[in-house]
Amino acid sequence: MVMNFIFPDFSAIIPEMIILAFACAALLADLFSPRQQKHLAYLLTQVGLAVAAIVTFVQWGKPTVVTFNYQFISDDISRLLKLFIYLTVFGAFYYSRQYLAQRNIPRGEYYVLGLFSTLGMMLLVSSHSFITLFLGLELLSLPLYAMVALQRDSAIASEAAMKYFVMGAIASGMLLYGMSLLYGASGSLDLALVAKSIIQSSNSQSWMYAFALVFIVAGIAFKFAAAPFHMWAPDVYSGSPSCVTLFLSSAPKVAAFGMALRLLVFALPDLFSQWQQLLMVLALFSIVLGNIFAIAQTNLKRMLAYSSIAHIGYMLLGLIAGTQFGYSASLFYILIYALMALAAFGMIVLLSKAGFEAENIEDFKGLNVRNPWLAFLVMLVMFSMAGIPPTIGFISKFLVLKAVIDVGIVWLAVIAVVFAMIGAFYYLRIVKTMYFDAPADASTLMIGRDMQLVISLNGIALLVLGLFPAGLLQACLTALG
Amino acid sequence: MGIIDFIFYVSAALVLGSATVVVTSRNPVRSALALVLTFLASASIWMLAYAEFLALILILVYVGAVMTLFLFVIMMLDIDVVTTRQRFVRYAPLVIAMGVILTGLLLLALKPDYFVFAHLQSAVDYGLSYSNTAELGKILYTEYVLAFEVAAVLLLVAIIAAVSLAHRKPRDCKTQQPVAQMMVDPKQRIRLVKPERK
Repeated sequence: MVMNFIFPDFSAIIPEMIILAFACAALLADLFSPRQQKHLAYLLTQVGLAVAAIVTFVQWGKPTVVTFNYQFISDDISRLLKLFIYLTVFGAFYYSRQYLAQRNIPRGEYYVLGLFSTLGMMLLVSSHSFITLFLGLELLSLPLYAMVALQRDSAIASEAAMKYFVMGAIASGMLLYGMSLLYGASGSLDLALVAKSIIQSSNSQSWMYAFALVFIVAGIAFKFAAAPFHMWAPDVYSGSPSCVTLFLSSAPKVAAFGMALRLLVFALPDLFSQWQQLLMVLALFSIVLGNIFAIAQTNLKRMLAYSSIAHIGYMLLGLIAGTQFGYSASLFYILIYALMALAAFGMIVLLSKAGFEAENIEDFKGLNVRNPWLAFLVMLVMFSMAGIPPTIGFISKFLVLKAVIDVGIVWLAVIAVVFAMIGAFYYLRIVKTMYFDAPADASTLMIGRDMQLVISLNGIALLVLGLFPAGLLQACLTALG
Repeated sequence: MGIIDFIFYVSAALVLGSATVVVTSRNPVRSALALVLTFLASASIWMLAYAEFLALILILVYVGAVMTLFLFVIMMLDIDVVTTRQRFVRYAPLVIAMGVILTGLLLLALKPDYFVFAHLQSAVDYGLSYSNTAELGKILYTEYVLAFEVAAVLLLVAIIAAVSLAHRKPRDCKTQQPVAQMMVDPKQRIRLVKPERK
């Protein structure tokens, strides 16, 4: 049975090994370090992310490696996604430092669980078989459920964690059911072999594939929080501590995109016409519901949750187009969305003080008077989310719209544009609140200089990338080319 | 019908019957015990497929450890059976409708000849010298080593998550502080107030 065993190529999996090693080291360091030096776990996680990023960057452009008995793939798509996962996780940890210290949230566990979740994301985007894909997904989700509940004295956080856990379990179950049907029909767990067996399958079998596809797409939609599978997102986003919302709104979306790409584009390319229709429904619901419900929110975290649903809808447009350009546009969109979400939730985390959560829209009243630079940064983020030039949000929206128009689905693009304009209302309302409303408390608002530097870089990046998007766009095109 | 077929059909009927009892039983303890029966019957089906190791593991781990723990949990919790019952009745029509629709679609979509049986061999008896456990170990540590290791990490994460959620730091829980209690000043404990006379 073991005769044809090929020794795995460990060089492809070095980034994962680094992250695992640093996560274990951080766990031990947090356990054994004295109470005053609790930042050791933080330092180790950040160093681990940086080292893994360097290794992944060195791998960039090298030929695709499929190893571990066809279970693991290291190609340019996975490397690009991983680089952005490191970046967003790094940023999320950076912003959370002070927030965690001021609240009764166990700090070491937050970083360690976050890093293990990062490991799950990396495996997910690098999976080449249903087994690694599912294990990666579970390794991504399980720490997130615990992170949402980390603030034990908060009843809403516990409720949010429970909702997230139950919904996540249902999603995993659906995905697993779809995978088991695909396994039964194709006789293989290897994504490439599944794709091959679909080409060879008889016509009568297509029923079965379509049936499995419904479960797969539903599972993916749950993980993305695309409407009509979005019910958990607003409650989880607003119920969890802001630093956890920050974490789960950015990097996991990038990983979920990797999963959708592997499952739909790599494993089921010949079912394109079927999943295209399913995704169209999802995109339409997400864009319409996300943008309309966001208007009614007074809580900023809930508003951004609905806005994320709408953004996922726009991202799906590129997948619906089904062309190489469309996939690249989607990839570009999700990477940019992760950066924007990082900046937006990062701002909520940074403006919060001990005993005060800056999570309502009215907490941003007159921010321009209190700290003009931060108000400017929030304005950049909101412009970018609304898709106003010259920020990067405009370019990413433009690309996905161009992708669907290129394949002739103009009506969908028209609806998307109309609702993008409706959506602009609630983004611009924040800008209006900051610049034209009188603050309830006119005292100057200061945040730490190190935090200010990073959030400024994050905000300015949205503008600079908007002016010079060619490099990242080229990377997205070559990754999928 | 040979003895193997007979055992299979009896076990399969037991699985279905006891699984129904798990869902419909009024008493949670009875549900848990019915689940034990489901596991035992499934184990005997696996045994027929020559998956001895898996069958024994199912009994040892699930029946021996998981379900015992589960029974303890049920006895610790005060479950209000009546409300669960009411909710069950209220949602029953919807649930039944969904079940019928899903089963109908399943029957329509899934026919036995759609599955690739060419890939799946029927159970083969390799004889007494063949060790199921050893072969499983070999394949786990070679072809599926990555999945095996990731599963190990997943279990580690489950432990960390459970501990971080359940473990209380000293400042979170109420404990006695003997030194502070002995050093206490009576004036901190009682305040004598002279009522005003009107």
